[in-house]
Amino acid sequence: MIALLLRDLRLAVRAGGGFGLGLAFFLIVVTLVPFGVGPEGGVLARIASGVLWLGALLACLLSLDRIFALDYEDGTLDLLVTAPIPLEGAVSMKAAAHWITTGLPLVLAAPVFGVLLHLPAPAYLWLVLSLLLGTPALSVLGTFGAALTVGLKRGGLLLSLLVLPLYVPTLIFGAELVRRGAAGMEVRVPLLMLAGITAATIALVPFASAAAIRVNLRQA
Amino acid sequence: MMPELGKYAITVLGSYVATVGLLAGLVALSLWKGAKVKQALARQEERMRKNG
Amino acid sequence: MSIWEYANPVKFMKTSSLVLPWATGLAAACLLGGLIWGFFLTPDADNFGSTVKVIYVHVPAAMMAINIWGMMLVTSLIWLIRRHHVSALAAKAAAPIGMVMTLIALITGAIWGQPMWGTWWEWDPRLTSFLILFLFYLGYMALWEAIDNPDTAADLTGVLCLVGSVFALLSRYAVLFWNQGLHQGATLSMDSAQHISDVYWFPLLLCIAGFILFFVALVLLRTRTEIRLRRLKALEQRERMA
Repeated sequence: MIALLLRDLRLAVRAGGGFGLGLAFFLIVVTLVPFGVGPEGGVLARIASGVLWLGALLACLLSLDRIFALDYEDGTLDLLVTAPIPLEGAVSMKAAAHWITTGLPLVLAAPVFGVLLHLPAPAYLWLVLSLLLGTPALSVLGTFGAALTVGLKRGGLLLSLLVLPLYVPTLIFGAELVRRGAAGMEVRVPLLMLAGITAATIALVPFASAAAIRVNLRQA
Repeated sequence: MMPELGKYAITVLGSYVATVGLLAGLVALSLWKGAKVKQALARQEERMRKNG
Repeated sequence: MSIWEYANPVKFMKTSSLVLPWATGLAAACLLGGLIWGFFLTPDADNFGSTVKVIYVHVPAAMMAINIWGMMLVTSLIWLIRRHHVSALAAKAAAPIGMVMTLIALITGAIWGQPMWGTWWEWDPRLTSFLILFLFYLGYMALWEAIDNPDTAADLTGVLCLVGSVFALLSRYAVLFWNQGLHQGATLSMDSAQHISDVYWFPLLLCIAGFILFFVALVLLRTRTEIRLRRLKALEQRERMA
């Protein structure tokens, strides 16, 4: 399974864009927001945490359709299904690779982009923490969406329609955690809920993704 | 024997019209598709019976 | 005699053709009776004026929006576990009805909210949850449309329905946490202190019965269409093979 993880990481790096594209997209979203809402620092500071969360979410969404598409086309996925490691494990590794190539860079870059949006100083810690806790769930749910649409020719738009509603709880608790943390309010509830959702997602959703992949391969 | 709806007439009537309109649309669509499929199936069965 | 007999499409078609006229007739009777009773024969409420009449379409539609998703969850589970095609097709047939019910609840709510809360839309937990539910219906239907192979489509939408149910519930509580709302408490609470008065209660019950029967009739009709469509596709394929 580690070998699989390393292989996916290596592929992402060699293909280029694995690390870079998501980040560049994130930067563009952050750059465009002030054009949309005006450059006043007060307004930006208030919406900064929400914008950063939305940007992370969209950047994550952008690279989802590639999780299984290539492996589906060249037959690697068929091998994975018949391989001795459980497909659920392989799917989890896919999600982990996706998180390391898109989620982790976003977490690390978020404070820098926070500066651009006048994010209030006490919010930085909470922003990084919430993204760190929340983005793995985004990747795992994304693999589920990618698994559902893997057999489709043009699944990209459908994929976002399927996956985005699933992101709602993570987004709510993540953004709420930053907002409360920045305001110095009680953060235990959103923190625990965010962590709980991520943990449950990582534990359970790979089973659904693996089931979806088996269904999709059975047809072919 | 229209009831007195007062200043909220548009609100109440609007809700009823929207509801009935949407439901009627859904029923019409379902009936139309039902009839179409039924006809197509009958035609197909007829043809297959003829051709053996 | 067991419920699983209706997994047989022929048996289902026969029985549903008997039930359908009755369900349609009863639905029409209840809906007409309930709406006419509610619209013409109930007094205005002290605090809401005549807008209280909106309750007869808003509450049943909202109930159905949630319950239809529940019905889809059950039929999807039956399909995934016991592989009864009729069950999967019933879930497919129910989704557009659920979507329309969600839309009705949202639209009548907006029309009502305009004079009462002074706004068409408010990011209130209940409103927001319904908007999210609407998105789930859209995704579910889009997935059915996108996949050609019927069994694959049934399997994948079934899995989506399962996962979606969990996340729809999660969203409901997340949203509740995120914003305290303007919306009235539950209309159908059994707690008599919160309970609306009988004058509105009985026509409302009749309307709810009407909406349920309406759903039953329509879902039978649509499931019959889906079964015929499936048979048509199978016949066409057999013809092509021959």
